[in-house]
Parts: sequence; structure tokens; C-alpha cells
Amino acid sequence: MKSDIILLGHGSGGKLSHQLLDEVILPRISGLSQRDQNDAAVLRHGGERLAFTTDSYVVDPIFFPGGNIGDLAINGTVNDLAMSGARPLAISVGLILEEGLPIIDLIKILDSMQHAANIAEVRIVAGDTKVVPRGKADKIFINTSGIGIFDHELEILGSGARVGDKVIINGTIGDHGMAILASREGLDLESDIRSDSAALNGLVETILKTGSEQVHVLRDPTRGGVATTLKEIALQSGVDITLSEEGLPVTPAVGGACAILGLDPLFVANEGKLLAIVGPEKAEAVRTAMRTHPAGRQATIIGEITGESAGKVFMRTAIGGLRAIEMLAGEQLPRIC
Amino acid sequence: MRYLDAFRDGAVAGRLVAQIREAAAGYQGTMTFMEVCGTHTMAIYQHGIRALLPEQIRLISGPGCPVCVTPVGYVDHAIALARLPEVIIATFGDMVRVPGSSSSLQQEKARGADVRIVYSPLDAVALAQKHPEKKIVFLGVGFETTAPTIAASVLTARQKRLANYFVLSANKTIPVPMAALASDPDLQVSGYLCPAHVSAIIGPRAYAPLVEQQKVPCVITGFEPLDMLQGVLMLARQLSAGTPRVETQYSRIVREDGNPRARTILSQVFAPCDTAWRGIGVIPESGLCFREEFALFDAARQIPVQVEEPMEHTGCLCGEILKGKVTPKQCPLFRTLCTPEDPVGACMVSSEGTCAAEYKYGT
Repeated sequence: MKSDIILLGHGSGGKLSHQLLDEVILPRISGLSQRDQNDAAVLRHGGERLAFTTDSYVVDPIFFPGGNIGDLAINGTVNDLAMSGARPLAISVGLILEEGLPIIDLIKILDSMQHAANIAEVRIVAGDTKVVPRGKADKIFINTSGIGIFDHELEILGSGARVGDKVIINGTIGDHGMAILASREGLDLESDIRSDSAALNGLVETILKTGSEQVHVLRDPTRGGVATTLKEIALQSGVDITLSEEGLPVTPAVGGACAILGLDPLFVANEGKLLAIVGPEKAEAVRTAMRTHPAGRQATIIGEITGESAGKVFMRTAIGGLRAIEMLAGEQLPRIC
Repeated sequence: MRYLDAFRDGAVAGRLVAQIREAAAGYQGTMTFMEVCGTHTMAIYQHGIRALLPEQIRLISGPGCPVCVTPVGYVDHAIALARLPEVIIATFGDMVRVPGSSSSLQQEKARGADVRIVYSPLDAVALAQKHPEKKIVFLGVGFETTAPTIAASVLTARQKRLANYFVLSANKTIPVPMAALASDPDLQVSGYLCPAHVSAIIGPRAYAPLVEQQKVPCVITGFEPLDMLQGVLMLARQLSAGTPRVETQYSRIVREDGNPRARTILSQVFAPCDTAWRGIGVIPESGLCFREEFALFDAARQIPVQVEEPMEHTGCLCGEILKGKVTPKQCPLFRTLCTPEDPVGACMVSSEGTCAAEYKYGT
């Protein structure tokens, strides 16, 4: 039964989100096909190439182990710019505050926004504040938009993956989603899981410097996790991707919590991870270079592009079996970012 | 300790697979093993276990997903209750997306009904304490693993003298339909991978009548890939040797007498009754209904509501799939009209449903 109203699942980043985008939003706004969708739009102005992106943050709770909604809002937009290959320059911040939000909470959030911007070497240059009556929003929602500039002529697109390319990830998967889940009311999960929220523009610089034109795709696997992001890339590029379960970096805490709750870490959100799809000649060098950067200490090759097709993703399981990987369907957990 | 990795070791898996081939080699004909637990269904797909087994061994899925076996009339009942302004529905997450005859709880929630996802029935009791002006209805959908915790929530509510906590019970027991399916000549079940955590409650002896009457091997099996390979090996060996019995592979959890305390709590609140299973029909004594002295907690009796005439979706083969007679790929709706984001039947909704598993992981 198709829904005639918006469901929470429409915000999951998975299949329902794609449906909403393809059938409702894109035909009315820009006419862009799915094939052209990337984390940031690329604009040409004069001789310059610019990247432009926007994102809204509604995470619940607003404070969680490893970060808060403020640094998440900066890192998320910085990362969307970085994934297009651009160097982030400036960010705008729109705050929607619920009547009754303690000022001290707002101060903590703003301070961590500024701190995150400092680390990412990006300036917050414009802003807006609105207040809505109690109950009409949940504490604080943040929108950030960002603009970046290209220092090179490389084209990093979701459609760039080629047969033989390797899939590299910069560290463990599922940390952000499980940190949010563990800190939610009603789930007394004792753990030391922390969100991986981090800016990745520095790491992208390292990757591009080493891999240059061999870097074909960069994506941050946020909502929907690594599985959904790889499926998107497979579809956009028209290739098959095969992962090795044994190679997937998952902390024992996240793996254990996922096993208890019946979740698959491949579908759990990340906020400080990127997937780099790199040509075979440079893949090893890129991985080694990534390990010299603080955000890439655990960089690992987790799979490769194994064929041309309509976009299938497979996983060779630890016990030697084979399974397919689809996009996240429905909501795994609403309001993750 | 990396506890999980020990149960997912590729080298050990290879040795088990070799032993399975050896055990099956001397046997004439197909070995059809049925699992009756949604977590097994999911794990078989998630770890790609079918691809490792010889062709001679067929794994089929039975009625092991509690959400899937719940008839559409129950979903309609829950939806009707959700529409009452004084009711808060508390439920495990999967039920929210199951289509009823004309709506779903997810749709009702988006339209303003108060539907809360909880992780334990005790969270629903806490909701009842927090909202004395509301009626909290917990959707009791589960087998012997979940049912004792629901019974415990009722005992807790009684102890706290809460008059606003109710359960809409569709709880079920698993050994009864297993016996029904074992005698179905169309299926030819040659062995059961018995559910892990249900068995931790009911104990291995609960399957003794099944083995005695139907001569079908039963192995209580854990959920990790090596557990399941070992469970298949034990079934194959029993079948080849012609010595059907109840064995426990999952001995690190399942005790010989199960969990007597949980069973006591369960039978204190609920009594066996006839109940309807999607696709199978009414099976005598396979449901769990409130005992008379707990009738005050029974949402079906205490909150009168008009429920629409149930209408199963035409073309959906969920019922046949639940009996193991049809695989998802044989259903004409699979992947075309029926997908996880736009499901027609419960088998596609529940994260433990066979269709959802095939959709998500099937190659």
C-alpha cells in the first residue's frame, strides 16, 4: 500500500527516501536524474569550480557520546563538500529553537560548532535564528549550508567506479548509529560506544594527493550505512561490488550491540567515515597514506568492483557463503542525524 | 574477548561443511530441514549458508516469525484500538509496518495516533504509570520466548495496581504447528532445526512427542553460523543413521528442563487456547489466552471497539510461504508489487520474515 502522507521511513536515507526524491521532489524541483545525484552540486563561475551543499540536523538526543547536534551539523556539511573533492570554504547556520530550550544547552552546541569549524578550517559566515512554540519542534533543529572550491580538475562522482577498483574505508563502521541508539531513552544498553562524528576534508586532501585521477568515487556512508551507500554507487556506476565480511572493521562493542538488537552494522549510520573507490594501481598507496592521517588510522580495503551490471552488491561472508546487499528498507532508527 | 568471531570462523566452517557432505553422502534422497524461528531464517540468509550445503540438503522456512503468522484481523484490531483517542499502542517495532486490511499502524501514527515502539513490555508498563489518563495497549505478539516477559509485565502491572495497562494477546506456542507440518505429506520435513531461545524456555522435552509420533529428528540450534552448520550436521547424521531423537546443539544456553520459572510465570497469566495462524488456519491449543483472573488486562475484552471485516491481500502467498510450501521467488508479487518499503504481506515486513530475508540478502 503506497502512502499518501509522509512516513518517518521517508527520512531514513534508504529506499523510501529515494522514492520520495525520485517521484515527488526531483521532478518538481530540478529534473535531475538519480544518476546525477552527488553529495554536493558543482557550479562553474568564471574560471572557478565551486561546490554547494545543504543539510538539516534533527538528531535525538541532541547530546550523545562522542558529540552533539552542533559538531554533527558542521562535520556533516564539511564532509558533503569534501566528498565532491572540494575544499570547504564557508558555512551558514540556520537554527530552529523550541521555546524552553535552556540557553546553556544552546551555548554548548554553539561552542562545539565553532570548535568543529576550527578543526575543519572552515568559517561560519552567515546565520539565522527562529523560535517556535513548545512542542512544535524538538529542542533544536539545525540547517547548515556550505560552499567549497576545487583546487584541481578531478571529477569525483558517484558514477565513476570501474571494474577492478578497490573499496577503501577509513575505519570502523556503525559507531554513530549505535551510539545514538544506546543513548536513547528506553534502551539501557551499557556500552562505551562513541559517535565517530568528524570532519573528513583533511583526509580527502591526503587521498587526492596520493591517488589523484585514480580516485574515482568518494562518499560518506551516513544514513543507511555502508550497505546503502555502496548500493547507490553500484547503481550510479552500473557495476557490481563484492565485499569481504572478514575485512569489515567493526569494534567488538558495536558488533556485540548489533548482534543483541538484531541489527546489521552494514546498515548503521556513520558520521566520520568515507568510502573511497580507487583504481587498483593506487589503492594500496592511498590506503597507506590514509593511515598517516588521524581520521584514517584504521583504513582498510573492504572490497572491490567485480563486474559490470545493473548495480549489484555482494558480500562474501566470514564462513565462505555469499549474500546480496540491498539498500536499507524502512527506518532502522529515526532521527539519527 | 571477540566472542562473535569464534562462532564465525571460516576454517571451522569449512571442516563442518566437509563433515555434512560426508554424513549426507550415504543417504538416499533429499534431506529437507525446516527452521521455525525467524532469527534462524535471517541468519541462514545473512551468512549465505545455503550456498555452502550440498544440493541434497534443502533448508526451508516454517512459521517461525511471530509477526508473520499473526492474521490480518489482529492487525485490524490493533489499528481500531489505535484510533481511539484514549489509547496509546505500545509495540515492538516490526508490527508498526504490517499492512492491515486498509491501513497500518505506521499510517495511523502519521495521521496522529499515539503508537510507541518499545523494547520490552515493561517499558509499556512504565508508560501506563506515566500516563494514568490513557489506556496503554501492548501488542502481545510472540512465541514462548517473548510470552513470559509479557506475562511478567501483567504481573508487574497488577502489583502496581495499574488499571490502565492492557495486552492484546496473539501469543502462540511453537511445538503444536511443528507437529501439524511434520504430518503434511506435501512438505516431507525430514528434520527440524528447533528454535534456540524458545527451547531455552520450554526445554528439549517439549519436542519428545513430535519425535515419538512423527519420527522426525529435532536439533535445538543456536543462531551463529557455526551453530547452524553444526545443527545441520547433527540432523544429517540422525537421518542417515535412522535414529530420530531430540538433541541440543545450543547447549551453552539450553538447559535440560528449560526455564521452569519463566514457564510458571507464563502459565500463571495465560492458558492454552485455539488460535488462528496466517496461512495455516486455526490450530487447537496453540495460542495463549488470558486466564479468567487476569481478564481485566485483556484489551480484547476490556476495550470495546468496532473492527473492520478482515481482508487478506489477493495474490500474496505469505501463508504458503509460512508452511514452507512455496519460496518467496515463486510468489508473483515478490520484488514487483511487494517490497519492504511497500509490503503486501507480513512475510515482507518483519525483519524476520522469509520474504524480507530473501529480498535483503538473497542472491
